[in-house]
Amino acid sequence: MVMNNPKMPEYRPDAVDWQLIDIIAGGIAFVKRPYLDIAEKLGITEKEVLDRIRIMRICGLIKRFGVVVNHRELGYTANAMVVWNIPDEHVREFAQQLAASETVNLCYRRPRILPHWPYNLFCMIHGKDRQTVIDQVHRLANDYTHGNARYDILFSKRRFKQRGMHYHPCRKTGDDDS
Amino acid sequence: MDDLDRHIINRLQDGFPVCKQPFAEIGGELNLDENALIKCIETLLKNGILSRFGPMYNMERLGGIYSLAAMKVPDDVFDETAARVNAFPEVAHNYEREHEFNMWFVIAADNTGELQRVIDEIENHTGLQVYNMPKLKEYFVGLKFHV
Repeated sequence: MVMNNPKMPEYRPDAVDWQLIDIIAGGIAFVKRPYLDIAEKLGITEKEVLDRIRIMRICGLIKRFGVVVNHRELGYTANAMVVWNIPDEHVREFAQQLAASETVNLCYRRPRILPHWPYNLFCMIHGKDRQTVIDQVHRLANDYTHGNARYDILFSKRRFKQRGMHYHPCRKTGDDDS
Repeated sequence: MDDLDRHIINRLQDGFPVCKQPFAEIGGELNLDENALIKCIETLLKNGILSRFGPMYNMERLGGIYSLAAMKVPDDVFDETAARVNAFPEVAHNYEREHEFNMWFVIAADNTGELQRVIDEIENHTGLQVYNMPKLKEYFVGLKFHV
């Protein structure tokens, strides 16, 4: 298990949290008091719903709470996964520079699969056209690796499937009733 | 999409308030009546500009695991292979990308054993190798599209 931030407090969801996690995964209702609606479904108070969501945000269980935009509809049609082969001893520093660059949306370290796949750092760049994305990647490579890193740009062609995740309240999340 | 829509989209990407009347709070910031804001958001969702409204979970913290997997799929069987892969409920999204590794999808599973079972089954169903590239470290999640 990879922790995003080891300093975040541990929090184990209880049965009510699991129900809440499932309900809000489907989206928040567009009514004046959406959390009251949820509270009524769960048989708890509105304040308790608010407190539980706040705790899950603070401890990092909920990474973001807001809206997901359809970036294609907004004109961001050039979507690239950019993959880099960065020496292990420099990968952390380079990733942090990418993260601070504002052009990169997501950045992950993943294992190389040699000899088929030499890249160990992945990031996503969403742009309005391909040339802009290519220029941005060149600039990142020059600025932070002095042009030394091998990289590749994988533009997306088609998206087949995109759905929210399924959540299983029965999942064992810790030393519970097993 | 007008200026007001743009303000709403930019604001909502910064987060949705967790308080009794969240739409009233955002409306207050944007100088917009609560009901009018709700109407605007509904229209943006209907038009497909906004796709989902709610939480993005940290799957690992929820007790599940995610992995990114790639395949090199020959062109003549690409669509057929995509259909086979997408039929797995554990496959969350799947992209065709321009590369020798041309199929990239996310697998969500309860644990590493389950993940391996799904990978084995996909290999059996497609006759192709699945390259599993689990996340070792996450450096940044800040997906925001300024409009």
